[in-house]
Amino acid sequence: MSGTAVTTLAQAMSPAESRLAHRASRHLKEKIIESILLLAALVSVFTTLGIVYILVSESVVFFRHVPLWDFLTDTQWTPLFDDAHFGIMVLLSGTLVSSGVALAVAIPLGTVIAVFLSEFASPRLREVVKPMLELLSGVPTIVYGYFALLFVTPLLQKFLPELPGFNLLSAGIVMGIMIIPTVSSIAEDAMRAVPMNLREGSYAMGATRFQTATRVVVPAAISGIMAAYILGISRAVGETMILAVAAGMQPNLTWNPMEPAATITAFIVQVALGDLPHGSVGYQTIFAAGLTLMLMTLLFNILGYWLRKRYREQY
Amino acid sequence: MPRQDTAELRALIARHKRWDVIFGVVGLLCLAVGLLTFVALFVDMLIDGYARLTPDFFTNFPSRRAGQAGILSAWVGTTMVMIVTAAVAVPLGVAAGIYLEEYAPKNWVTDVIEINISNLAGVPSIVYGLLALGLFVYQFGLGQSVATAGLTLALLILPVVIVATREAIRAIPGAIREAAYALGATQWQVVQGHILPYSTGGILTGVIIGMARAIGETAPIITVGALTFIAFLPPSPVGTEFPFVSFEWLKSPFTVMPIQIFNWTSRPDPAFQANAAAAGFILVFMTLAMNGLAIWLRYRIRRNIKW
Repeated sequence: MSGTAVTTLAQAMSPAESRLAHRASRHLKEKIIESILLLAALVSVFTTLGIVYILVSESVVFFRHVPLWDFLTDTQWTPLFDDAHFGIMVLLSGTLVSSGVALAVAIPLGTVIAVFLSEFASPRLREVVKPMLELLSGVPTIVYGYFALLFVTPLLQKFLPELPGFNLLSAGIVMGIMIIPTVSSIAEDAMRAVPMNLREGSYAMGATRFQTATRVVVPAAISGIMAAYILGISRAVGETMILAVAAGMQPNLTWNPMEPAATITAFIVQVALGDLPHGSVGYQTIFAAGLTLMLMTLLFNILGYWLRKRYREQY
Repeated sequence: MPRQDTAELRALIARHKRWDVIFGVVGLLCLAVGLLTFVALFVDMLIDGYARLTPDFFTNFPSRRAGQAGILSAWVGTTMVMIVTAAVAVPLGVAAGIYLEEYAPKNWVTDVIEINISNLAGVPSIVYGLLALGLFVYQFGLGQSVATAGLTLALLILPVVIVATREAIRAIPGAIREAAYALGATQWQVVQGHILPYSTGGILTGVIIGMARAIGETAPIITVGALTFIAFLPPSPVGTEFPFVSFEWLKSPFTVMPIQIFNWTSRPDPAFQANAAAAGFILVFMTLAMNGLAIWLRYRIRRNIKW
């Protein structure tokens, strides 16, 4: 609205009336601001669409060269050789074994820590310990990779002399420690959401803390605890740098954690470090591998989300 | 009740209570495993890299000779990428958070946005790298530049900023909004004059945590195709000639701290691994300091604000 319009309006009306008058400019400005904010919120939708578009469009070209059946069943992964084989099983085995080791560390430790912090620890201890645990997941993964390769592996080699320098075991263990806070904090939230009167009922029947924790609180919070495990799995599957550094980048179809092997993520890193021409089959391979990874984590995330929704509705 | 039964009951209770103690000890041990690993990591990096932590280390370019190599190009690159990341992620994330808390109607568009945000938080970081490779590097033609890396990391931490913004806004009581509306403020005036100032602390906490995550991210930047050996600096953003400010640095090739560490770690020579340890120590120290700052801020906000 122009300045002269305001003054003529003001002359025609009393001061109070002019201030309360409907001003088009004020509403227009509000609408514009709201649209800008909506656009910002939509960026997340565009990001998802972008990810799906890029992964699918490049993978479609890839699967024109490589039949889907070969991709799923071939037992060799040599995409950059003349005799190219594209068996995702090889990379999948590395991903599954390392994630398995990580979960074998993170699930017991994370669960015990969650029960301890939720049912046993004093509020003071909890206030101090929780942020310290969070720091574990804040350490850059490349630093964990260094730690796995040059600290944990030599340490393990003292007990297991035949362990090679690159192996899935030490990478998996370090990865497990990294995801402890993810597992423990979500599991603890689930346990603390259990209503107090369930605990009080249990104590009134003469149960001890330990009995209350294991027979009342944990069963009541079980779907939230499972959600915590599933989100832990999804983090382990998507983890990259620890494996790229400490597990070697040799594709190896194995179920033995004592061997070196490449994972889906490590393969992507390896290809990206090289100099692949844009548009070659090798270049498209990483998008097919990325699509596999994305589908796996999406599945886990949906499962975890669904489980968490379920336990929230219970009380 | 006969005395004998009472004694038996007491013994039973004592037996069960023993498990409380045992579990308490096990719980503390598990906590200790986590925390000791962290201490071991920190101390290991310090011991391995201590000899390399000299002023020269910060002012030297990477070199083929481990003893002369430094992290100049890495920390300059990290700083530049972080500037781009913050400049993109903070306005976008805060705007999205404000929209979802203050403006969004309850309809399917809002639902889609919310599901998207929680889903994006679970996408592995390397997938963002693939997105950036396909979209920013080739389709937008940004190449392997500071701008590409900054945008990639901005998308990566966007969910963190949005969630922090929403939590901070949600903590503001409705009475404040109602009071402002009662005085005739428009929605934007309420946001600008009340919601934003009161939630700044909470938003800042989220931004710092997001940046601490971005600073250590390696996989997406490697996927974009960043070079691992950079012995020059991007062009300076400030020049001596008119117009004094240049944005050429956005298009420049770069390296960042985590990539430099990756490069040094993957060499078999222990001298380079000492460099990796020193650079890793600096990186851990930086993320620790940022996380510590965020925790302290959160603590202060919780203590000082009493609505």
